[in-house]
Amino acid sequence: MTALRLWVWPVLLAAAAIMASCGGGSSHNNSMAPIVTSGSNVQPIVVNSGPANNYANGLFTTVTICVPSTSTCQDIGGVLVDTGSYGLRLLSSAGGGMLTLSLPSQTTGSSQVGECAAFVTGYTWGPVHSADIKISGEMASNVPVQVIDPTFAAVPPDCKSGGVPEDDSLQALGANGILGVGPYAQDCGGACTETGTTNPGLYYGCSGTTCQVIAESLTEQVQNPVALFPTDNNGLIIELPAVSEPAPSLNGSMVFGIGTQSNNSVGSVSVFPLNSNGEFSTTFKGQTYPSFVDSGSNALFFLDAATTGLTVCSDNSGFYCPAAAANFSATTFSSASKTNISFTVANADSLFSNRADYVFNTLAGPNAGTFDWGLPFFFGRDVYTAIESRTTPVGSGPFWAY
Amino acid sequence: MAPAANKSARKIYFMLGVSVLSWLLCRLPCYAALGGDLSSVRDDQARIHASLQVSQTSAYSVHELRSSTGQVIREYAAPSGNIFAVTWHGPWAPDLRQLLGSHFMQFQQAMQSSSRAAHGPLVMQQGNLVVELGGHMRDFMGRAYLSDQLPTGVRAEEIR
Repeated sequence: MTALRLWVWPVLLAAAAIMASCGGGSSHNNSMAPIVTSGSNVQPIVVNSGPANNYANGLFTTVTICVPSTSTCQDIGGVLVDTGSYGLRLLSSAGGGMLTLSLPSQTTGSSQVGECAAFVTGYTWGPVHSADIKISGEMASNVPVQVIDPTFAAVPPDCKSGGVPEDDSLQALGANGILGVGPYAQDCGGACTETGTTNPGLYYGCSGTTCQVIAESLTEQVQNPVALFPTDNNGLIIELPAVSEPAPSLNGSMVFGIGTQSNNSVGSVSVFPLNSNGEFSTTFKGQTYPSFVDSGSNALFFLDAATTGLTVCSDNSGFYCPAAAANFSATTFSSASKTNISFTVANADSLFSNRADYVFNTLAGPNAGTFDWGLPFFFGRDVYTAIESRTTPVGSGPFWAY
Repeated sequence: MAPAANKSARKIYFMLGVSVLSWLLCRLPCYAALGGDLSSVRDDQARIHASLQVSQTSAYSVHELRSSTGQVIREYAAPSGNIFAVTWHGPWAPDLRQLLGSHFMQFQQAMQSSSRAAHGPLVMQQGNLVVELGGHMRDFMGRAYLSDQLPTGVRAEEIR
């Protein structure tokens, strides 16, 4: 498996590079810079249907995890690359995932530490373990990661109070794990280090099947591994080619570090620092809305049918189904920058009708009062994600830039 | 005789069961927001240790709860005191068991059977109950409302 994967990537990337240089369909918007494919800080990424063969616009990669300070390792493919979350979560083989490597558990006293990690439409539950994480030539040592495990202690009632389902299977997750490389270093932050009622209750100490909320220090929390790389640790750039029509797959690169190497120097970009909510602003038809950039969102999710004039699909209220493709323009802005974004919304039912396609640049859906610039936003754009309090040549994180 | 005694004992157990159940049912709406009344706002305020700010339009009042951890919850009340909408925004996932009150089960069941093709926000409509979830890790936002209980002239887009 490993040998095959190592052999396949350079060939695919070389093919993509040749196609691009021949004008074969892929192009790259900002300054037409070619996608970086070589360097010890460059990791291949791909948009395809994922390991469950059920994901539209899913951005995936392979990570190598090792028992800390050993050469006992496992490659895990089909891990979702998510700039909307923080830290590595791997689906256990008990949940249908690839992870079989036995990693040391994080403990508190005699209890095992478990985590309830909330996502918008689901949650992941399972123990916290430690691993060395290798991605490209970079390595983060002894990193707390979550193992998503349906056989772990009983899910605490508070973990279910969001009413959303548990994502504990390959089918539900659509991935063998989630690599959270967003603009924060931990998945919780200061609030989880507190005791008492202000603790939001993400981390638990579990004895047997019973779990109770614990205070978890910043360094024990599940961590964005990029922030723990010895170098190139201030953020990353996601580079994907432009897409003009639906396709089965799309290759690109994830480049670690911002302005730390010759291959990640900052070109002419607009910088969008995050406010205290982790957002910046987007204006549309004269109104201003909160917005964010999220490679883990699989469409452009924005506003509602009444505001956009777009019909929501009758068979899936998560997407828009206009009778004819519609063009839009919005402006993202911050105190530092202002950038116009043009995009097209097509009928999701029509897009999905060709069962071979999984890359959709015109897939969009409703998101009342908000702009979620999901994966189609990344096509043809170098998107920079800078981690909180880390310095870069264009200012300190957290910010997005493009 | 024996069957009759059994019957009355069963009746007593039944009545006991009913009163325990109604006590439990009363406990739930006591801190339920959506579909509840204004007294639930105070209960929510106490539960999340929040400051409370009230604003008024001609059609409804908005009760904004702001917790020290950055959670903002707005509860929209009709002149009758009936809460017809709630919104939330903050770093943690919302406690919808609390915010949706008696509608929570309906939402939870609908979620179990909803399509998961969209990886992002979610719009769920079931009868008069509309629930929208959005955001991402460390930044959650959304709203829920009862579409048949919006005061006359109030559009869903106003609920933020």
